[in-house]
Amino acid sequence: MTEPNPTLDRALEQTPGHPTAPVVGGEEVIGGGDRMILADTADSLVYEHGLEIKARSQWAYARRRFIRHRLAMVSLVIVTFIFLVGAFAPHIAPYRYDQIDLNNILHPPTTQGHHYFGTDSIGRDYFSRVIYGIRTSETVGLFVAFLSTAIGLVVGAIAGYYGGWIDNLLMRITDLVLTLPALAILLTASALLGGGDKWRISLILVFFFWTTVARIARGQFLSLREKEYVEAAKAAGSGDTRIMFRHIIPNMMGPIVVTGTLAVASAILVEAALAFLGLGIKPPTPALGALVVEGQTNPQAWWLTVFPGLTLLIIVLCVNFVGDGLRDALDPQQRVRA
Amino acid sequence: MVQFTTDDGVVKAVDGLTYDLHPGEVLGIVGESGSGKSVSTMSILGLIPQPPGKIVSGTALFKGQDLLKMKDKDLRRVRGNEMAMIFQDPMTSLNPVLKVGDQIGEAIEIHHPDEKHKVVREKVLRLMRLVGIPNPETRIDQYPHEFSGGMRQRAMIAMAMANEPAVLIADEPTTALDVTIQAQVLEVLKKAKEETNAATILITHDLGLVAEMADRVIVMYAGKIVEMGDVFTIFSAPRHPYTVGLMNSLPRLTVDEDWLRPIPGQPPSLITPPPGCAFHPRCFLSQGRAACREQVPELRPVEGANHVSACHFADELVGEASKLVGSGAGDR
Repeated sequence: MTEPNPTLDRALEQTPGHPTAPVVGGEEVIGGGDRMILADTADSLVYEHGLEIKARSQWAYARRRFIRHRLAMVSLVIVTFIFLVGAFAPHIAPYRYDQIDLNNILHPPTTQGHHYFGTDSIGRDYFSRVIYGIRTSETVGLFVAFLSTAIGLVVGAIAGYYGGWIDNLLMRITDLVLTLPALAILLTASALLGGGDKWRISLILVFFFWTTVARIARGQFLSLREKEYVEAAKAAGSGDTRIMFRHIIPNMMGPIVVTGTLAVASAILVEAALAFLGLGIKPPTPALGALVVEGQTNPQAWWLTVFPGLTLLIIVLCVNFVGDGLRDALDPQQRVRA
Repeated sequence: MVQFTTDDGVVKAVDGLTYDLHPGEVLGIVGESGSGKSVSTMSILGLIPQPPGKIVSGTALFKGQDLLKMKDKDLRRVRGNEMAMIFQDPMTSLNPVLKVGDQIGEAIEIHHPDEKHKVVREKVLRLMRLVGIPNPETRIDQYPHEFSGGMRQRAMIAMAMANEPAVLIADEPTTALDVTIQAQVLEVLKKAKEETNAATILITHDLGLVAEMADRVIVMYAGKIVEMGDVFTIFSAPRHPYTVGLMNSLPRLTVDEDWLRPIPGQPPSLITPPPGCAFHPRCFLSQGRAACREQVPELRPVEGANHVSACHFADELVGEASKLVGSGAGDR
């Protein structure tokens, strides 16, 4: 087809894999898994070790970006610490949360008897109460975030993937739930179902939280189902469920993870708000919001409101910062700041 | 017949396409963008979304079964297993968040769900070696963005070959690649065909590719076949003015030319195609003759075995064609 091209032939002979290709300086030079060695003339180009490009997965890129977001990292450490304290409450709290000591009521914070946060109106150690309060709040937060994300994902997936009347039906249901006045319903539900158990409260919260996730998930599915790799997967014989869970969902984890994280903070806050209205988790089980409310009855005992309130503030703030950091890290539009 | 219902009207994407495919042969389907070549094969595999698309009529017999009438559940067993498709753009045909090895192995996992993971991995490694991906043991766990374009297309070919399909459909496999890589990928395709003795349908608008790889050629225009025959005849003695126009429009390496010779005009609207022969507004042979304007030409045999053309005046092209194509055909 073409005349013999001596330059081309020589170049071909030099490419790796060709039997006569030289190895420059005896070193194996690596660049992204391929060897990039050109002709070994004096002014040749050789990729030095310094240019070694280590390939990374998308998660690794995101991780790197997250770590650079210092506020998020600090917040993550704080939140993890607090949640661990809550998780290991029975081992850390010096007292049981319902241990009454009528000799020691309303004692300000002191190192005596490990009452670091003082005692409340019936002598219960407040440090322990707050720690167990953290535990309750984090359980509610994580449970609500997890379950509402799971439900929202499924609903959004089905609606977004199949479209048509299924989409319409599911979205109208979602809209319906969204228009319900949350507070009124919560009031009624708490009154009727006898709110008090943390699981009951959590379920009620899930009922309201899943809709946000569903909306986001549906939007993602609507766009991602048109992607060519979905078509390629179909051509390979993949069924719908497989495509939804193996191909599409991993590609939309960014917004979902962020929403889920922020939902944890939201759920904790809403639960605290409910406690404020007297509809939260019933005593003696401590929850941070309920503790703040209790504390209001004794305004001089500042420790009764300050400690749980501060803890609540720190948890919610830090979780939000972590969520922000995640959003920045997982947003593919963002360039890594050098 | 495949049509799409749009707001502007009904688009008849494919109307009257009939061909046979034999094991081991390469059938090239050539045509402009919008000629219906991709749509026809995608509808065979049931990949056209049925609203807004619709397969109005036709049959596609594969091993005695009509694919167009099969339920999706059964079609899924054929897809990726006995019939496999290689898509045009390897950049977007691979899922960016999944490892390449997992994606190549997916076809195996779908159709042989009981295979142990280790066995699947071995198969994937073997496939990767077959298509010439270097360092398969490392590459198998890498992600698509770590692959170059040519390697990605090889991975796609590996995916298609995974279950040794009887039919391989390659939809513009080299269009998104640069020329040197194109040559490599073609070699891989040839190898794939030889390994599996699959019948290959090669869809392309690149005549050079067809000349290189195809045994038989179908030329499509506006959703219909306009000419069909074996590759040598089509290239040396085309018998349809559209095919002649295509050959003429190729730039020639050996002759110094000032102007290229495109086919004048635009492809017709598929919502309101021109009456009679769809090509007649652009046809140099037609010269406004009534037959072209009024009657849709049937595919009729012209000289030679298995050579058909849909032109009222195909006979007028004898000798004429070789004059026009002339030295061009010899360049390949």
